Amino acid sequence: MSPGSDGRSADTRGELNRPRETLLAITDYRLAFDSFDGTAQVLDGVSLQLAAGETLGIVGETGCGKSVLARSLLRLNPAPPARVVSGSIQFEGTDILTLSEREMRRLRGRRIAMVFQDPVSYLNPLLAIGPQMTDALRGQHAAAREAQPSRAEARARAAALLASVGLAEPERLLASHPHQLSGGMRQRVLIAMALAGNPALLVADEPTTALDVTVQAQVLALIAGLVRDRGLALLLISHDLGVIAASCARVAVMYAGTIVEEAATATLLRGPRHPYAQGLLAAVPDLDRPDHRPRGIAGSIPNLLRPPPGCRFHPRCALATERCRVEKPLLRQVAPGHNVACHHA
Amino acid sequence: MNLTFLFDRVMVAYVARRLALAGVMLFGLVCLTFVIANVAPSDPAALAAGPDAGHSQIEQARREYGLDKPLPEQFLRYVGDLAQGEFGRSVATGRSVGRDLARYFPATLELCLVAMSIGLLVGIPLGMLSALFKDRWLDHLTRIFAVSGIALPPFWFGLLLQLGFATWLGWLPTSGRLGVATEPPEPITGMLLLDSLLRGDPALFAESAGYIILPAVVLSLPCLASILRVNRSEMVECLRADYITAARAHGTVPWRLVAVHALKNAMLPTLAIIGLRWGWMMSSTVLVETVFDWPGTGLYAVSSAIAGDFKPVMGVTLIVGLNFMLANLVVDLLYGALDPRLRDA
Repeated sequence: MSPGSDGRSADTRGELNRPRETLLAITDYRLAFDSFDGTAQVLDGVSLQLAAGETLGIVGETGCGKSVLARSLLRLNPAPPARVVSGSIQFEGTDILTLSEREMRRLRGRRIAMVFQDPVSYLNPLLAIGPQMTDALRGQHAAAREAQPSRAEARARAAALLASVGLAEPERLLASHPHQLSGGMRQRVLIAMALAGNPALLVADEPTTALDVTVQAQVLALIAGLVRDRGLALLLISHDLGVIAASCARVAVMYAGTIVEEAATATLLRGPRHPYAQGLLAAVPDLDRPDHRPRGIAGSIPNLLRPPPGCRFHPRCALATERCRVEKPLLRQVAPGHNVACHHA
Repeated sequence: MNLTFLFDRVMVAYVARRLALAGVMLFGLVCLTFVIANVAPSDPAALAAGPDAGHSQIEQARREYGLDKPLPEQFLRYVGDLAQGEFGRSVATGRSVGRDLARYFPATLELCLVAMSIGLLVGIPLGMLSALFKDRWLDHLTRIFAVSGIALPPFWFGLLLQLGFATWLGWLPTSGRLGVATEPPEPITGMLLLDSLLRGDPALFAESAGYIILPAVVLSLPCLASILRVNRSEMVECLRADYITAARAHGTVPWRLVAVHALKNAMLPTLAIIGLRWGWMMSSTVLVETVFDWPGTGLYAVSSAIAGDFKPVMGVTLIVGLNFMLANLVVDLLYGALDPRLRDA
């Protein structure tokens, strides 16, 4: 896979996706974590939209809140300490923040599914793959108040799911325990579990970070294939721009709990407008120009217990002015489909 | 729970090795009890000859019991007898210690089994509930209960229960295994609850249950308390684990998350404390059996020790030690049944 061809294919996919109906709309979502030291404003007014079948990447440093955002979609952040301050997350027309836990369970796995970062810790070490999958399948039926499939039926469906993600000998796998599988196999198992309920939205939180480079490419290709074949919408979280460029039509850059820039992937890679996004791209080494040295962004991410006033990026920004220190920049459109939250963009 | 691994060739070798090790430990225990019995400041020959015996009668008793032989020879004879299942003779009563143990041990075993059942059936669910309602009133309540369970001296608590349930309320008998008027059945296992069931005698079952409940509750309390606390803290950890988040995201129903996915993981450390508590329980029946006049090995050991009669004390010590070793072995095997990673190691 060369980055150039992927950039183009992602672009055309983006064009195809645009007219579809909105699946997910996050509006001014604020989430705080309460602790003994005070309240951390982990997500500070996040707004995002995702159409059915669309692919969106979220890129940002560790601690910028991207995983917390991903978990918010399934309401998996433990509360307390997590506390929703304001905003809404509309999924298929309903605000999931207002749903009861029982109603929320009908969405988990069925409408929204999640693939996690480290397949070692996200699979139960003491249970065989079979019961882990059938429990999820039967649980989804129970939440939807449908007749539960028998254990044998659920097992047959689990085996078919394992086969559909390219795993050989699914029957033997069902009887295996996680420690008997390789990292790539475990991640495929987790992806198969996520597909069990035939969801409309797949949230993938750093799905390849814990894997070997060769396996990374296979897993990304698998996810891309599933998205294409099943018409899934994909929200892919990563700190790796390369991973997102390879699988997502659009990308949002996150910094300290806010979206600072959002655009078609190719557009953002060619011409980032936000100083942070520019810094992020400048930090990527360019193999075609060995003399070009990657530059890091000076400073470090702010303490979210006491975030800087105004633009959260201003202490590290070369362009910062008095206005940036006082007024928080809102996401505004600078070109069709290209939004930036910066006073200077 | 999968127990087929027990018949594995590797497993058989492992069990054989553990049993051999237990044999070595048992020999050490035999040596230790022998030394302690012989350094204790009491003369078994004088005891055997009776309080009014003259010097020559004492010497005659000494020869009769072989106590005039050099210590190494006495030791060899003792070990030789033990190897044939012969624990020697009580010098006070002249009865075979082995036969005495066969009569008293089932009573103690029955008491411990009932007490451990109470500990497990109450301790594990309460531990789970405390973890689910961590830092809420239920958790505080079980914490107070557990701390007092460990801190209350059993003889004091036993007397309190006797006062309350036997003297004031008159619901339960004060002490003993059966009423004086009741003819104990011809023993099958020697455990009254089990024998009455085997003989199909519900009235006898109810009567012996009434007698066993108070001593079993007192004996179970420290065990219950530590099972509760360990299970609670392990459950708190496991409920936070990534694999629980993932199983929730995939749609597994809450009760299975708690009672299967998390509990299985929490049971590993809980099992260790159960094994230890079982060992301690056997040796701590002394106080409870004394308070409740329960005719078990604890009472037998105490009355023999007071009389300076050491063969029974040595016999009881061996039984208690053997029980401890067996408990450890069973716990190790259960670990294997619970944790597939250990089976493959």
